[in-house]
Order: sequence, then structure tokens, then C-alpha cells
Amino acid sequence: MPMVGESVTEGTVLRWLKAEGDRIARDEPLVEVETEKVDVEIPSPWAGVLQRIVAREGDTVPVGEPLAYIEVEVVVGASASGGLRPLQEAVVPVGAPPAQPERPASGEGPAGRYSPAVLSLAREHGIDLSQVKGTGIEGRITRKDVLAFVAARGAAPAAPPSPAGAPRPAALGAQMGARPVEVLRLTPTRRTIAERMSRSAQTVPHAWMAVEADVTPLARWRQQIKDDFRQREGADLTFLAFAINAVVGALKEHPILNSSWSDDGIVLKSEINIGVAVATEEGLIVPVIHGADGLSIAALAKKLSDLGERARARKLTIQDVQGGTFTIDNTGAFGSIMSVPIINYPQAAILTLEAVVPRPVVIDDAIAIRHLVNLCISFDHRILDGAQAGAFMVSVKAKMEAFGPDTELY
Amino acid sequence: MAVKQYIEAIREALDEEMGVDPRVLVMGEDVQEGGVFRATEGLLEKYGPGRVLDTPLAESSIVGVAIGAAFNGMRPVAEIQFADFIHPAMNQIISEAARIRYRSNGAFGCPIVVRAPFGGGIHGGLHHSQSVEALFFHVPGLKIVVPSTPADAKGLLRAAIRDDDPVLYFEHKRAYRLLKDEVPEGDYTVPIGRAQVRREGDDVTVFTYGLMVQETLEAAQRLSEEDGIEACVVDLRSLSPLDRDAVLEGARRTGKVLIVHEDNLTGGVGAEVAAIIAQDAFESLDGPIMRLAAPDVPAFPYAAPLEEFCLPNAEKIGDAIRRLAAY
Repeated sequence: MPMVGESVTEGTVLRWLKAEGDRIARDEPLVEVETEKVDVEIPSPWAGVLQRIVAREGDTVPVGEPLAYIEVEVVVGASASGGLRPLQEAVVPVGAPPAQPERPASGEGPAGRYSPAVLSLAREHGIDLSQVKGTGIEGRITRKDVLAFVAARGAAPAAPPSPAGAPRPAALGAQMGARPVEVLRLTPTRRTIAERMSRSAQTVPHAWMAVEADVTPLARWRQQIKDDFRQREGADLTFLAFAINAVVGALKEHPILNSSWSDDGIVLKSEINIGVAVATEEGLIVPVIHGADGLSIAALAKKLSDLGERARARKLTIQDVQGGTFTIDNTGAFGSIMSVPIINYPQAAILTLEAVVPRPVVIDDAIAIRHLVNLCISFDHRILDGAQAGAFMVSVKAKMEAFGPDTELY
Repeated sequence: MAVKQYIEAIREALDEEMGVDPRVLVMGEDVQEGGVFRATEGLLEKYGPGRVLDTPLAESSIVGVAIGAAFNGMRPVAEIQFADFIHPAMNQIISEAARIRYRSNGAFGCPIVVRAPFGGGIHGGLHHSQSVEALFFHVPGLKIVVPSTPADAKGLLRAAIRDDDPVLYFEHKRAYRLLKDEVPEGDYTVPIGRAQVRREGDDVTVFTYGLMVQETLEAAQRLSEEDGIEACVVDLRSLSPLDRDAVLEGARRTGKVLIVHEDNLTGGVGAEVAAIIAQDAFESLDGPIMRLAAPDVPAFPYAAPLEEFCLPNAEKIGDAIRRLAAY
């Protein structure tokens, strides 16, 4: 179908003026074609014999598609253009683009050179690009290679729930939007907390469990003696002091909980230094009770009181917040009955003391009011498994349940 | 919705706007007869010679008269028979129409539309194949639209006629009867200045306009089926004002950008798109910004193989996307 007008893209065969087998001269009228703009008589582009008509009357044919084949006279010595030739405009596959043009950018070897997109993503997800396999030209790492790496890392069974897979919080400007928002300045404490928590959550595979302890004897006894204690010692006799004592005892039995992870091996700590999370106006601070295994319950209570006061008054020394080997968080103080704490990196575990609440429980087919408390632990699953954590927690629970009038405070 | 040809959509937009607004008139060479491409067919019978004006073969006069009529309260749609012939009207378009808003400190607009069929692939040769948008793209004060579908052809022409400032409306002459697609019923417009994502994809983003949108979509479809490469295709459709947000968003989506136009390469629309991305989406780039355009020759040759060599098509676009995806 020849091009018969500049906006014409197809034509309909009205009538063939020649039949198959007819001999035709060059430029002799061959077929009538109807288009949107005009009806035209198409002359034969070659002399020869109309061999085969492929577009029947009434057929609509796009410009450039064959209408019929014409067998042309072959002149001896002529080029191989003889034989059957489709009657169509000279549409020849040409203009194929230069086979493989040079690489779009020059001088960019794959080693150590990355696109801005790849660098941004690597920064965002904390990726060492030497670990990423490049699938681009000459092994170049592409944006998609990085995304695939991030996705694979997030899906790996041993990896923590991948914060790297989560979208990074957008830059401040991008979050501002049309409506005015208030931006809280980041204090140094806030930044430190953010950095440590992210690091722990991103690198440590956290596992979690909780046990329930019946601390009725302790609760009743404490109720009786706490006012005296306060008067005598100038400090509150808190459940936390007992919990630390219980934890210290259990750590001695299960030293694997008092350790930290390194690629060379698990580092067991000889000291037991208990960090205690303290909420301050600035944010979370974790002062440390050094040598907690050498302190009585009364001494722990006084130490807690002292550290808490100094933390809130911002009077802690560097030594006060360093060297912890295990952390306890008194989440019960906020009324919590269940928490999933983030490990204080690089320690092996963190335990929470939840709120002590009176509950009806079944004892020997009778219902009694008992004081129950949940103890929750998050532990580094690289260092230990559920069985060891469970044994530790059973020990803590037993010690908590054993506290009572017979317990030595000093 | 009914399926309509691209040129029917243009004709309907003219007809309907003339029907609702007595200030709208059409003028140009042989427009009373329907024009060389039949775009104005039937308008003379409906609206009479007072609103369908045949003009001399003098583009400067066609646009100049349109500008004068616009200043006197009309909304003329001037037809340039082929965009290739628009150059005698350059002074009227640039020095008068484009400047008056600025020159009058915002007091006067020049609500004209200049319709001009452009583009190759139709064996039009030197004087019937040119793309001229880049010449006007540089000029502040002009709006330029290039519809790539029948629906956009109608919606953009309506928006152009209703615009209070001059709009150049470039319609692809090969699209006239090639493109048939659904056109919404009723009074709708397509906003000038807004690009449209025609296809989603996360490997490469292609920015294009005009009939190259169709070639790019064809290439993208083939690549999806044969190579598993997914190209995002953004139809710029409004060159001035350019939808910068859509350009940056599209570039950031994949980090690999190809710009396709059938206008020749140097100083084309693609150069500006590339510059915007290089400056404001640099951090998202994952490869060199690439352009595929006609070579820097005055116009497409008449000979079919040579024309095909010059004109970007689905195959060449596909090759370029494949190269960029692999980068």
C-alpha cells in the first residue's frame, strides 16, 4: 500500500484492475484504493506478471504492507533484485542503529566508582558496596543491585527484622509539607539514644520471652517494713532492689547471660555490673551499679536512690554510666505489664521488671488474691538460645518468689 | 466514550468551542474547504465565512491578523498548513504575541491558538516533515502543547482556546488518522503544564511527547515481554510550561533517564529536560542521562530508507532503553 497522502496511514482496496496472471506494463493502472482523503488509482511500479494478489477488494491495508506480488523480468547480469517482488513502497529494514555504541559514559571503571543513586542508597542502608555484586555493564553496581542486596539481607533468616529494609526517614525538608509542623531539636542525649538503639536493633538478633512470678510474700513483707526502712536509710525499699538481687544471683548461675558478642568469641564478664534504666527529662539514662554481686538488698536500694537522684539532677559521672554488663529496666514504674526491650548493646540481654499487680489466681482448687509480676527478657540470639534464657528466667522467678520475712536485707 | 481519530478530536474541539463561544474563529489557508488535512471540515457550513476565514498564503499575515483580532476581543485559532511554514510568522509570534503580557505589565493577553501540523514518518521530505517546537521552546511568554492521543488532542485544544495567552498547538500529521482511541464525552479540558505517566516501570524512565509517545509505548511493551525490562513512560505533552515536578519525580523513580523526540538533537527539548534532572535529581541518577532524537539535519529525507534512518522508532527506542537498563 503506497503512501497516497501525508496524513494517510491506511487504504482500502476498491477494485483490482488486473487479474492474477495478467501481464502488466510499468505505470499501468493496477488497483483502485480508497482512503480517507482521496480515491486513487495505483499504477504498477514495475513491468511484469501479476503473480498473486494478497489484498482482496474491501481489505483495509496499512501503508507499507503488500497488496500483491509481481514477477518481474530478470535481466541476465542484473543484480539479484529480480524474481517475485512485493508491490509496496520501498520499505526496507534500514537505519539499524550502530550496533553497540560505546559505553554511555567514558572513563568510569566499575571499581570504586558508583552512581549518585547507588551511593545514596548505600549510605542510607549502611551498605558496604564491596559486598554487592554488580550486574551492570562491566560489573557496575546499579541502583537495583543495591535494592536487591537490601531486600536479600532483610529476608535472610538469621538477620534481625531488617530496619535497613524500612524506608529511611525523609530529610526534614521533605517532611515539612504544606502545613506548618513543629520540629523538636535533637539534644545530644536524644541523638545518642537514637544511634545506640538503631545500632542494637540493626545488628543484634533479638529474641524475647516473659515469665510470671508470684511475689505475694515479698509484697506483703515489703508493705510492713518499707516505712521503717525509709526512715532508717533515707531510701525507698523498692521491688527493683529485690529484682536486681535476684538477677545477680541468677547471673552467677548462668554466666552466659553476663557476656557480650564478638566475632572472635563470646566474652564472659568477670564483674557483674547492673545498668538500671532511669527516665529523665532529657531522655533515658542508664547508670550502672558496679559490683552489684557484692551488695546487699539494702545497699542496692540506697545505691538506686542515689543514682536516680543524681541522674535526674544531671550529676552523674562518666564512671557512673560505664561498664555495665547487664541491664534492668523498671518498666513497671510506668504501669507496664509487658515490654519488649531493646538490648543495651553490646550486652547479651536486658530484663524488665513489670508492674506488681494483685490478681485472682487458682491455688489448690481455690481462688486467691496474689501479687503477680511479669519479668520479660530480650536476649542476643547469637550468644544463647531459648533454653538457656529460659533456665535463667526460671531462676530469677524462683528467687523473686522466695523473697519474704526470712530474706536478709543487709 | 466513543473511539475517535486524533483529527476528529481536533475537529470536534474546534466545532464545540465555536458553538459555545462566539468569539472563537478559525483562519488559515483553505480552511473554508476543510483545510489540507480536513481538520476544519464542516465548520464553514455551520458558522459561516465570518468565523471561518480563508487567508492568503502568508503566514505572517495569518498570525498577525489573529493577534489583531485577539486584541479586539476575539479568540482566533490560526492554522499554519504545515509547521515547516511557520517561520515567516516568527516575528508576529515572538515579538508580538509572546511579549504583550510582559510589555503591558500584565494588562493584556493575546488569546490566540496557532495550530500547526508537524512531524515526519510520512515521506513528507524537506518541507512537510519538520519539528519546530525547539525554536519556540526558548521563548518566554509562549505556551506549547503537543498532544499524543485523541483524548488529549481534544482536551488540550479546548484548554488552549480558553487560555488568555498565546498557545502553540503542534499536532502530529501522521497521528491524524493513525491514532484512534476513546475520547471522553462532554466538556473536559486537559490542563496545560501537566505531564502524564502513560506507563509505569521501575527500570528506566522515558520522557517523550508527540507521536514518539506511541513508539515508546510500543517499545516498552516489547521490552516487557521479551526482556523483562519495565520502562516508565512519561508523556510531557505540555512543553511550555514544562512539568518540572513530573520530570524530577520520573527521574527519581528509576535513576535512569532516556529522552526521546523526533526533533533534531541539538538544543532540543531533551537538552532542557536533561539539564533539569542533572541539577535537581543528581543524587538519584544511576546512569548517564541519554537522548534519542533525529540527527542534526535540516529535515527528514524523502527517500523511505533515509527517512527511517533519521526517525526514532520503537526499535531504536527499545535498543536505547535496553542499553540504559543494562548500565
